[in-house]
Amino acid sequence: MVDKSAVGLEGPAFEMTVERGKVREFARATMSERPEYLDDPAPPITPTFLTTSTFWQPPDAAGVFRKVGMDLKRLLHGEQEYEFFGPPPRAGDVLTAHSRVESIFEKDGKRGGTMTFVVTITDFTDPGGKLVARARSTAIETGRAPDAS
Amino acid sequence: MPAETEATISLDEGTELPPRPFGPLTRTNFVRYQGASGDFNPIHHDEHFAQSAGFPTVFSVGMLQAGLLATYCTDLFGPDNVRRFKVQFREQVWPDDTLTASGTVVRRHAEDGEERVDLELVVTRQTGGTAIKGQATFAV
Repeated sequence: MVDKSAVGLEGPAFEMTVERGKVREFARATMSERPEYLDDPAPPITPTFLTTSTFWQPPDAAGVFRKVGMDLKRLLHGEQEYEFFGPPPRAGDVLTAHSRVESIFEKDGKRGGTMTFVVTITDFTDPGGKLVARARSTAIETGRAPDAS
Repeated sequence: MPAETEATISLDEGTELPPRPFGPLTRTNFVRYQGASGDFNPIHHDEHFAQSAGFPTVFSVGMLQAGLLATYCTDLFGPDNVRRFKVQFREQVWPDDTLTASGTVVRRHAEDGEERVDLELVVTRQTGGTAIKGQATFAV
């Protein structure tokens, strides 16, 4: 059950170093063969790479968002967005990630009963404090497991 | 860095980008993506967990389809040129599905001192169903 009072909840800011091997692994897992990702010693990140920030989250960060109370068996990913305020970060860059719950709202679903939407924003800043990327994630908790399509 | 954009792609509004197939996708593709991304939701690799949640079997990570669509875009427009990438998840993607990424240039404009294109994107399953929709902006 989602706890609506979780709006505004912030995770602890944490550091994330963009690593060449991780960019290469991620590019290959998403079937890219661009030499910029595979051969450049300081490759740019792929458009959805910042999802790997989860590896850098301190252990207590998950605890903060567990307070939102989403049920894994009824959890769907609704939307995901990445904005880049200039060329994307590159391997070697050290970013600071800071997440917050932006909004929580409900809608009646066609197949899954009442759906609860949880929108989370993560800002990524460079060492100078400049915002270089922003991730916006919309998670949906369905009323029951949706029918297989 | 405009020089990186593939010269063969027309940037006129209304241009349909060449479709590209991915797959058939395997459970190994799902697991490889989960390892790379750090999303270890068991519903994408644990048969018992997926069935206990009411699904016939495991299904793909939505972010894998998103990553494939991103690959489609960066192959066409260049890795350094992404400015925005957004997806909405629709139908689930199952083992053995073959996906097709396609897109349309919907707008060309100047912003922050550079030329950009807005793209409308879609990933369809072999059934014709929509797996994800997307919108992206690239510098050109």
